[in-house]
Amino acid sequence: MTPRQKRLWTLVAVLVGLGLTTAVALKGFESNLQYFYDPSEVHGGKAPTGKSIRVGGMVAKGSVVREPGNLQVQFVITDFAESVTVKYTGLLPDLFREGQGIIAHGQLQDGVFMADEVLAKHDEKYTPPEVAKSLKKRHEGMGGSANAPASATTMEGTPR
Amino acid sequence: MIPEIGTLALLIALALTALQAFFGLAGAHREDAVWMRTTSAVTAGVFAFVLAAFFILVYSFITHDYTVEYVAHNSNNELPLIYRIAAVWGAHEGSLLLWVLILTTWSLLVSRLSKGLPDSFRARVLGTLGLVGFGFLAFTMFTSSPFTRLFPTPADGADLNPILQDPALAAHPPMLYMGYVGTSVAFAFAVAAMLSGRMDAAWSRWTRPWTVAAWMCLTLGITLGSWWAYYELGWGGWWFWDPVENASFMPWLASTALIHSLAVTEKRGLFRNWTLLLAIFAFSLSLLGTFLVRSGVLVSVHSFAADPSRGLFVLGLLLFFIVGSLTLYAIRAPSLQTDGGFAPVSRESFLLLNNALLVAAAGLILLGTLWPLIMDSFNLGKISVGPPYFNTVFLIPMLPLVALVGVGMHATWKRASYATKGRTLGMFAIGGLAVGGLIAFAFYGSYGVPLTIIGFGGGFFLMASALWEPLVRLWRRQPQARAAVGMAVAHFGIGMFVIGVSGVASYKIEKDVSMGPGDTATIAGYTFHFNSTNDARGPNYQAREAHVSITKGDAPVADLTTQKRQFKIQSNPMTHAGIAVAWNRDLFVALGDDLGAGKWSMRLQYKPLVRYIWLGGVFMAFGGLIAILDRRYRRGVVEPVTVEG
Repeated sequence: MTPRQKRLWTLVAVLVGLGLTTAVALKGFESNLQYFYDPSEVHGGKAPTGKSIRVGGMVAKGSVVREPGNLQVQFVITDFAESVTVKYTGLLPDLFREGQGIIAHGQLQDGVFMADEVLAKHDEKYTPPEVAKSLKKRHEGMGGSANAPASATTMEGTPR
Repeated sequence: MIPEIGTLALLIALALTALQAFFGLAGAHREDAVWMRTTSAVTAGVFAFVLAAFFILVYSFITHDYTVEYVAHNSNNELPLIYRIAAVWGAHEGSLLLWVLILTTWSLLVSRLSKGLPDSFRARVLGTLGLVGFGFLAFTMFTSSPFTRLFPTPADGADLNPILQDPALAAHPPMLYMGYVGTSVAFAFAVAAMLSGRMDAAWSRWTRPWTVAAWMCLTLGITLGSWWAYYELGWGGWWFWDPVENASFMPWLASTALIHSLAVTEKRGLFRNWTLLLAIFAFSLSLLGTFLVRSGVLVSVHSFAADPSRGLFVLGLLLFFIVGSLTLYAIRAPSLQTDGGFAPVSRESFLLLNNALLVAAAGLILLGTLWPLIMDSFNLGKISVGPPYFNTVFLIPMLPLVALVGVGMHATWKRASYATKGRTLGMFAIGGLAVGGLIAFAFYGSYGVPLTIIGFGGGFFLMASALWEPLVRLWRRQPQARAAVGMAVAHFGIGMFVIGVSGVASYKIEKDVSMGPGDTATIAGYTFHFNSTNDARGPNYQAREAHVSITKGDAPVADLTTQKRQFKIQSNPMTHAGIAVAWNRDLFVALGDDLGAGKWSMRLQYKPLVRYIWLGGVFMAFGGLIAILDRRYRRGVVEPVTVEG
């Protein structure tokens, strides 16, 4: 091969490689990007039904309901403007508790979020960033901190 | 007073790294023997002062010196001694100090153990490492000093994050950093090669053991981290494609590609430019990992924007080293022309494919890791790229790689013929698939998915192919190079890893149940008996404890204890899982919440072959160790180099 041909083949090989890699990336992205919605967006009908998404917010005080001895649990997450009911069966993460910011993976069905996974990060001070941002936005929208729950103020300082 | 000495030691070290960089780079440029000798002495000095600072921080932890903010935030009167020491690298400031200490350790090792290097070359390597050290020491001093005082002094500390109070975590960060930071040595060698215009087989022979050593530490560090996450986070996963994990895995992929590309550069003098580029990539990905983990950008792009000083500093370092080295590359690489060719079927082409696949995998993981950050910065929506993406984009390049490794190991340089070996390799492949199918069917009762058989088959094929040549040589009492044995052992480890992953992915069983004392639940033929529950107490926590015994048929298998721990200072609860280990499976039980009515939520898991994932990692690292001990790396004399072939 002349150097010129060699360069040409190298170029072709690199382009084919990049093309294949891009194809793999697009294939991977196809169904595996999960969008995040906060309770207000869910209420506003912005979140798709029957599609795998994430929703997040604070677990509302006094909202955790379960039959004694049953793995099924139901709770409400809120961004202090709107709220969404979440149903889940299984073990909740260590840091799950009322007043804690969480993210749930799952699907929206008839206005109820059927979660297949509930996440709370392993650090007390940590609030999932999407949740912190959404809470801050809604909180400001409500016009100041006068009637905001005390816990919302700590959310703004997070995380560190 | 003592902490101020620590600050002073860091300041002196900072000044000395500036001298190290100056004398190293300028001395080599002027070919000034005195300056170059000074570089080595200064390197030792840097190490001494950083080590002193490190020990001072350890001392502050041991003596509960809460006047030091970092100690007050990460220690506690009741924290056991071993964790007070591990707490030194438990958070940002201390782990940076560890980063710097490891960098200076590598620098010292390079200056002491490379007597065979030409003086000017060693000076350039040390000078480059000095630049890296200066950047990170400045970062530590000006944005993250571990010796900052706290006033008023608290009576007791805020305690180390409970999930970090664990033996594996005492070892995981130092090992991981050895690997992470070790890529800087390969980088420094690459920069020195570009500055001096010298890049021959001898260069590769100098660079290889250092690169393999760093790769080995990285392999062990990642393996330890995976093992720790498996049992300590309490949920039985061994890899989560978490950005922090990816941050360590991308440099691993790049340095794996690098050690293979270096082989070609050493033996055939080919791929020189590519090798240089890979050395730059591997180090850049390490820096990127440091940036991702240390800047807070992962928590949120916006929290990063709110307090950008640390992030911007690392970003600045990242840009400086990437732009600087790539500029140098653009100027110098064309002069390092490659000569010689190779046939389409040859060891060279197999290694080229290996590199293409590894780099593609690293690129795809990089894309998935950065994509949410990019989307978020442009306000295009808050997305997450989940494990399915990473599994897909990792599997597609890696599956063919497993087959390629098994075949390619036996290829000769320049032109390979499989006339004699093809038959045996074919038998290995068929045999591997048959054994894989048999195991799937006989032990797990189903063929699972087609990928299971391919995984098992590929794993067995690779293990057989790796051991073939060393065993034949052993049988015939032929001598063999340690490098070849090391390669075989490492590839054998990949085979084990693949089998472990296939087993867990295909046949694991996870079940959340509601159980009370006296209840039983059965998964995979194992019956879990919830015997009793009681309160328990540790040095700095209280716990609810459950006792579970496992039987198979009538035979007892194991008695396990699982705890839900409540730490006194940091009030977050933590699950401590009970795990029964055997050669062919783990049984895993984790206590959940009190569900009322005398029931508890409980997660039961059956993890077949999971141990081979980590054992495979250990074999890979061990293979690296054997390869480093190869005789040819210890030949001190620099001989005129002729490229073979």
